[in-house]
Amino acid sequence: MSNVTVTVNGKSHTVDVAPETLLVELIREKLRLTGTHVGCDTSQCGACVVHVDGVAVKSCTMLAMTADGASVTTIEGLANGSALHPMQEAFREHHGLQCGFCTPGMIMSAVDIVNRKGSDLDEHTIRDELEGNICRCTGYHNIVKAVAAGAKAMKGGAKPARAAE
Amino acid sequence: MSATGIGAAVRRKEDQRFITGTGNYTSDISRPGELRAYFVRSPHAHATIKKVDTKAAEKMPGVAAVLTGADLANDKIGGLICGWAITSKDGTPMKMGAHPAIAADKVRCVGDAVAVVLAETLRQARDAAEAVEVDYGVLPSVVDPAKAAAKGAPQIHDVAPNNMIYDWHLGDKAATDAAFASAKHVTKLDIINNRLVPNAMEPRAAIAEYDQGNDALTLWNTSQNPHVARLVISAFVGMAPEHKLRVIAPDVGGGFGSKIFIYPEEVVALWAARRVKRPVKWVSDRSEAFLTDAHGRDHVTHAELAIDANNKITGLRVHTIANIGAYMSTFSSSVPTYLYATLLSGQYAIPAIYAEVDAVYTNTAPVDAYRGAGRPEATFVVERLVEVAARELGLDPAEFRRKNFVKSFPHQTPVIMTYDAGDYDASLTKAMDLIDYKNFGKRKAESEKHGKLRGIGFSTYIEACGIAPSQAVGSLGAGVGLWESAEVRVNPTGSIEILTGSHSHGQGHETTFAQLVSDRLGVPIETVSVVHGDTDKVQFGMGTYGSRSGAVGMSAIVKALDKIEAKAKKVAGYMMEASGDDIEFKDGKFTVKGTDKSVGWGDVTLNAYIAHKFTGGQLEPGLKEGAFYDPTNFTFPAGCHIAEVEIDPETGKTTIAKWVAVDDFGNIINPMIVEGQVHGGIAQGVGQAMLEGASYNSDGQLVTGSFMDYAMPRAADLPSFKVDTTVTPCPSNPLGIKGCGEAGAIASPAALINAITNAVGHENVPMPATPSTVWKAAQGGMKKAAE
Amino acid sequence: MYAFTYERPKSVEEAVNLLKKSGEAKLLAGGQTLLPAMKLRLASPGTIVDLSKVAGLSGVKRDGNDIVIGAMTKHVDVMNSAEVQKSIPALAHLVSVLGDPAVRNRGTIGGSLANNDPSADYPAAVLALNATVQTNKRKIAADDFFKGLFETALAGDEIIEAVRFPVPEKAGYEKFRNPASRFALVGVFVAKGKDGARVAVTGAGESGVFRVKEMEAALGKDFSAKAIEGIKVPAKGMIADLHGTAEYRAHLIGVLARRALAAAK
Repeated sequence: MSNVTVTVNGKSHTVDVAPETLLVELIREKLRLTGTHVGCDTSQCGACVVHVDGVAVKSCTMLAMTADGASVTTIEGLANGSALHPMQEAFREHHGLQCGFCTPGMIMSAVDIVNRKGSDLDEHTIRDELEGNICRCTGYHNIVKAVAAGAKAMKGGAKPARAAE
Repeated sequence: MSATGIGAAVRRKEDQRFITGTGNYTSDISRPGELRAYFVRSPHAHATIKKVDTKAAEKMPGVAAVLTGADLANDKIGGLICGWAITSKDGTPMKMGAHPAIAADKVRCVGDAVAVVLAETLRQARDAAEAVEVDYGVLPSVVDPAKAAAKGAPQIHDVAPNNMIYDWHLGDKAATDAAFASAKHVTKLDIINNRLVPNAMEPRAAIAEYDQGNDALTLWNTSQNPHVARLVISAFVGMAPEHKLRVIAPDVGGGFGSKIFIYPEEVVALWAARRVKRPVKWVSDRSEAFLTDAHGRDHVTHAELAIDANNKITGLRVHTIANIGAYMSTFSSSVPTYLYATLLSGQYAIPAIYAEVDAVYTNTAPVDAYRGAGRPEATFVVERLVEVAARELGLDPAEFRRKNFVKSFPHQTPVIMTYDAGDYDASLTKAMDLIDYKNFGKRKAESEKHGKLRGIGFSTYIEACGIAPSQAVGSLGAGVGLWESAEVRVNPTGSIEILTGSHSHGQGHETTFAQLVSDRLGVPIETVSVVHGDTDKVQFGMGTYGSRSGAVGMSAIVKALDKIEAKAKKVAGYMMEASGDDIEFKDGKFTVKGTDKSVGWGDVTLNAYIAHKFTGGQLEPGLKEGAFYDPTNFTFPAGCHIAEVEIDPETGKTTIAKWVAVDDFGNIINPMIVEGQVHGGIAQGVGQAMLEGASYNSDGQLVTGSFMDYAMPRAADLPSFKVDTTVTPCPSNPLGIKGCGEAGAIASPAALINAITNAVGHENVPMPATPSTVWKAAQGGMKKAAE
Repeated sequence: MYAFTYERPKSVEEAVNLLKKSGEAKLLAGGQTLLPAMKLRLASPGTIVDLSKVAGLSGVKRDGNDIVIGAMTKHVDVMNSAEVQKSIPALAHLVSVLGDPAVRNRGTIGGSLANNDPSADYPAAVLALNATVQTNKRKIAADDFFKGLFETALAGDEIIEAVRFPVPEKAGYEKFRNPASRFALVGVFVAKGKDGARVAVTGAGESGVFRVKEMEAALGKDFSAKAIEGIKVPAKGMIADLHGTAEYRAHLIGVLARRALAAAK
């Protein structure tokens, strides 16, 4: 067992973990932040996407030890208190979710897309950029709409993901 | 229409927790002192179990227990059952083999559980599972349903000679044969309806806890119907009396049918928790899900359509071999029979239909209902036949369909169903307008200029939903009734809890059900909450599948609301010193007819509980009513999907250029949610037609055992869809609604394959039409054109 | 995952010593292939040597006529490198269709090459561009580096430090994705360098990435799609699986090579 210090959603945690602990296990089991989900074991579904030092990462494919010293934002840290992040709001407004299981990863990826590609996103770009996130409920139609709208709203001065800054 | 009432696109109440990561899925739950369970699973498709040696595993760090099938049998825990009895042609009952939750003598598919390890951590349990030594006697296996009943095929269950579970039929054989004998044209097709893995994004999970003091068990599981799970685990598995078993299905991350069934792992978790007197948590990983979730479809079909000189369809006959897998899952027997053959009339007036279905065991994972369950298979048969027939006869596929549509209602088909309402012309016409059918030729020419093939395909589907009238399904072999329950609890302050036997795992019941109540009682939607998924809270319910929660679940709420209104009127009457019969209720206000005397909702609810205005002899205090609603007929959603594709013949890559869906779901409560259901259904149907296919090799190993080999639809595989509706209200339920959950998955595979075959110029394109398949087909098409 | 010992060295030398110390040690770069394999218990290293804190292994720089990319440079940084985009746009394009955004944020060029997955994208670029793999011990020419499925010329205690790509006159990459895994069902990298034309294929070969000499000969004279029109790659030796027959893959090589040439810059 070794100590890992990570800042998660702005709060520093020092946790004793076994070397084989994945970042997602640290988040879900040690910190009990269960919004980050695990939907596959081949690093494809993206339900586990979080931001590490400001960029989207599949937390099921990173050792907790490797995250030592990093700043992590999970879905729980995206809203500013009770004010939802514009991307969260856009997913609700455009019915970009059904069962909700892929949603945290989708939203974290969507925010990352905007951080990288800006706020004017066409449908083709959004679909391409969602390559690493699988949804079984929505057929992606409304997710694509939500990401486009969320991106525009983020430009409108709303605060992007907290990590990284 | 109010902003939160029936017909409004109300944003979902449940979303707040899902978009903030505060949902509560089974795997999010941890119980104090819990052990983690990991199953030892068979690597062989078919083998006898000679010996299971757990000694080494038991000594490993953190291990609390290693349990086997023998232990399960010693504790007299019963096996899993299939709850729908199907009878063969000769009147004999289906041949159901035993299905122990952990195999003791023999394994019948890869992934069959042979032991379970309970340990302090998941890794310890998994390490120890590798130390369990199982001595197998490997047997030959069969995975192909078409070969399962062949002479010399390996025998999977002793009770089912030749692996034949039933050979069932429906319809009038003589009349159908006569129709074919006098037909001018016969269209014939051989169809494989490919095997699918449902892959809800949340893998299955179960946590069981034993309360020693009360000798009671609690199970949290990923279920679409917790009450049915409790009933089966209690009455058939014999785990515990029903009142000593609580089943909670909290937030469930998608089901699509696969979470209807009662699975071995939840039985084992309960049994193990009681044995070791500690909570036991099992969470499937995706690889395990591929092996152990019930799969869908897997039919091998020969189908024929008879057409007379006037281009009218006169007969249809079908022979289908349905793969049930290694064991009969909970509703597996009904899927290829009463959920399939009863829909073979499609939207058409067909005088004679005859269907034969052979259900067989194979050494593969169990097969059961998956989104659409039988109806996608039926629609694929009918809509491929009709499309191909039109092509063979040189007719426009739309006009050939139109000519044969059912046009007057009610319409009795030759395969049990009585269609109650519909307007198939209307949805076809609207869909053709939306896709700009008349200019398809121009678009095709444009594609050809760029070396691309373009095709268009129709699917005018029908489905039977609102499952189902209990007496009717009982007469067809169902082991349960298929009504739904509701309880409306009005609090003294006027807020309302709706307890429903339906279960939401993405469908948005917390919103639509609240819309109904808000609309009906004139109360703010925020004051209504929906409670579901807990057998201790909701008395009984049948759960959510078969697009039934609107038509059946909400109808039960309507019935309970009727009773609430009647009683509230009485309370209001006592408050205003008028007879309850003279009270009118509108927009949340109770008024004495013909006067301006009125009281509000909150006043009445409070008075119902303080009970100062009436005596106990006059009226019972309180305001809580329950209802059970048993439908009087199925509902019949129908519509038209049109797919337009462009194919790169050099690579076989198919791009969906356009997709139009016009559905008739009757009245709609929340159009936003309904559209979402259609989108998701289409995506799953497109997945079936172009991407997905579970494949076993001849040794019974699942070749497509992860997302690396099983192609899940991604965002870039799909277009945006153009979705619209037509409305003929359903006459058999109070809300006039039909159901929308499965339509997309039912309609879309045929539309897409019809479009692809149209593009390549011949009919030989199996599902999934992957790039390599389409490339080959396109080569064949070009060769054919050159001849 | 099985238990393992975790080490996080600060220098290549330290990392090499750790590799020497433990026979079952494995280097962890971005982990996008190794960790999934470990999760499925298909890999069980006794020691993980995490290279993420080793200094000097990341970054893209121009060195004369070469682009030198540090082994621990993440895919995203290669994709976004102005130098790569200017000098070898085909390489930037290749990375843009590799994995998905989250994978590109973690995965590294060195990790990909050391793993040598037969369907990975990078090997095609390294082979077609006639790159050199620089390790702590030596320089390995691309032609000598790839040794078959998941096998390379790397010794047990050898660490890739950088990859040196000669800037080509023109290059292009065309990938056809496996519908499930999104790895290359077939990927073809074409390049025209100072020593002539090279064509490298990933995803298709039973022994991993390979060159198509017949195409190279034709392209040496005329680096255009037209020049290879008649050339058919034989199906023998091609991967055949659920996602495509050997014939299909062989056919795709021709199609993708022509498209890569048409798009080459």
